[in-house]
Amino acid sequence: MITKNGSLPDQPPPTNSIGVIGWLRRNLFASVLNTLLTFLALYIIYLGIVPAVNWVFVNSDWVGDSRDACSSGGACWVFIAARINLFMYGFYPEEGYWRINLAFAILVLLLVLLNIRQVPRRGWIAAFTLIGYPIIAFYLFYGGAFGLTVVDTHNWGGLSLTLILSGVGIVASLPIGVVLALGRNSQMPIVKAASIVFIEFWRGVPLITVLFMSSVMLPLFLPEGTSFDKLLRAMIGIVLFESAYMAEVVRGGLAAIPRGQYEAAKALGLNYWKSMTLIILPQALKLVIPGIVNTFIALFKDTTLVLIIGLFDLLTTIEAGFKHVSWLGFAVEGYVFAALIYWIFCFSMSRYSQNLERKLHTGHAR
Amino acid sequence: MTIETANPELTASSAPIIEIVGMHKWYGEFHVLKEINLTVSRGERIVICGPSGSGKSTMIRCINRLEEHQRGQIIVDGIELNDDLKRIDKIRREVGMVFQHFNLFPHLTVLENCCLAPIWVRKMPRKQAEEIAMEYLERVRIPEQAKKYPGQLSGGQQQRVAIARSLCMSPSIMLFDEPTSALDPEMIKEVLDTMISLAESGMTMLVVTHEMGFAKTVANRVIFMDGGQIIEENDPETFFTNPEHERTQLFLSQIM
Ligand SMILES: Nc1ncnc2c1ncn2[C@@H]1O[C@H](COP(=O)(O)OP(=O)(O)O)[C@@H](O)[C@H]1O
Ligand SMILES: [Mg+2]
Repeated sequence: MITKNGSLPDQPPPTNSIGVIGWLRRNLFASVLNTLLTFLALYIIYLGIVPAVNWVFVNSDWVGDSRDACSSGGACWVFIAARINLFMYGFYPEEGYWRINLAFAILVLLLVLLNIRQVPRRGWIAAFTLIGYPIIAFYLFYGGAFGLTVVDTHNWGGLSLTLILSGVGIVASLPIGVVLALGRNSQMPIVKAASIVFIEFWRGVPLITVLFMSSVMLPLFLPEGTSFDKLLRAMIGIVLFESAYMAEVVRGGLAAIPRGQYEAAKALGLNYWKSMTLIILPQALKLVIPGIVNTFIALFKDTTLVLIIGLFDLLTTIEAGFKHVSWLGFAVEGYVFAALIYWIFCFSMSRYSQNLERKLHTGHAR
Repeated sequence: MTIETANPELTASSAPIIEIVGMHKWYGEFHVLKEINLTVSRGERIVICGPSGSGKSTMIRCINRLEEHQRGQIIVDGIELNDDLKRIDKIRREVGMVFQHFNLFPHLTVLENCCLAPIWVRKMPRKQAEEIAMEYLERVRIPEQAKKYPGQLSGGQQQRVAIARSLCMSPSIMLFDEPTSALDPEMIKEVLDTMISLAESGMTMLVVTHEMGFAKTVANRVIFMDGGQIIEENDPETFFTNPEHERTQLFLSQIM
């Protein structure tokens, strides 16, 4: 039918191409083979899911305080519940748990504030989170001021140690990585060469070697009698290692910024540092959010390697838990619990990054 | 000192604001600009045309030091351009530039694009910078887009924002490098109109463009470049009706 002005009227799309029915037809039952595969896949999922659900929920034991409570044949979550303090706090003295809880509570509060649009002066909160908070957290964890007793770092452990290592790694490696990436793009030959050597050195060695060297070899080079905290050494190793990776991620972002952006900034009279911080980096970092978060996630999981130098992170405390005589044989529960915790953190970071990308999106064209 | 006067014709003939003397430039081995001599008076509007690759962009980019020249002199507003970063900064504050592809900052709103340089380069208080920015956005007739991001605007609107962004630094010279050649035909006029009204306000303008209508109505002088040289320099009347050089004639016959 042609309307008066000669154009065809809009019509609704055919019903079998839209909605749930349309989706099912297109994706699951498009042809005979497709339908067969759909049922086959459903069957395989069924085979895997049923025993897993039985093990985790139906036949599992949740209450009790020793292995005798675990008699149903499924998972023994009693083990996790009984040793949860070890997994969360390591060997931190029990009367000091509140200090760790408080430190993380403050962090969560700050992060929540930072992500609420209506909160005023978020710039200051961000600055406090990056500069003031680490100092407060250090005194809460370590003590030695405000009447808090000193808790030496070899007592730190569990999830809180994992979070400290990855938190420090994340917060320090991004700015160092940015500086290295700028250095690698620099016009000054010495700065450029130094950045390249640094990046390529740290990217060329496995993290496990870095940690091992920091723990075994570094003391050999230091003057006799100087002791250098093992945790601090591990942190420095992780930060240097990860910032080399971060530098390359950021460099990818810098390379994607069109030359016109640099030129427009110059033409307006902005100097190098102002064009970088106001124009180029905000765009470059936004472009590589997925890469940055990817590096963060890798870093978070890489912290498990500190077990080789005798630090007790989450995974190591869990292993220590099921190697104890009273809980021998509950390795599977331990590993499943570890996997769940790591997955929750990594998945949250991944979702947050997608959220951030959407929030920072400013229109279709560049 | 120049005498303040309402008549741009009068100021145009007084003090030179740009002087280029015997300037040469090479890209590596490639001799891209050869013996450029050009004097621009305050308030003058100069249109530069010529075939693609003839060095038009390179020449005007030397004026705000986006490109370095290797021989000769460029003097802008009494300051000779050399490696001294202070001088370069000073000149870039005085010289605005509008690019073919707008080069707006996509992560900032239109208003933030306009306020950025006044705040960070001129150290102007944010409130004052915003007021001035709104004034210029009104002059280019898009104040209602102030809170939008560049990616949400049409090409013509983006180019007008780019012009406003440059004007917010209150430059004494404006450089335009093919400001309309990336635009769809229906948007060219809105940008040219903005440029015409800028010319009427007495701004010194160097415009690389192939919009010959604009050249005829606005320019005091038209310059034709080819092969890195200024081949011909004339008032628009003579340039279009009676070009001296064969190459100019050929070029004009190709584009008109
Ligand atoms: N950064 C550069 N490096 C090397 N050659 C260049 C560069 N920029 C431009 N050129 C060359 O210089 C010549 C003049 O370029 P340009 O000034 O952009 O010409 P126009 O603007 O007149 O089209 C062209 O031959 C171009 O290929
Ligand atoms: Mg050009």
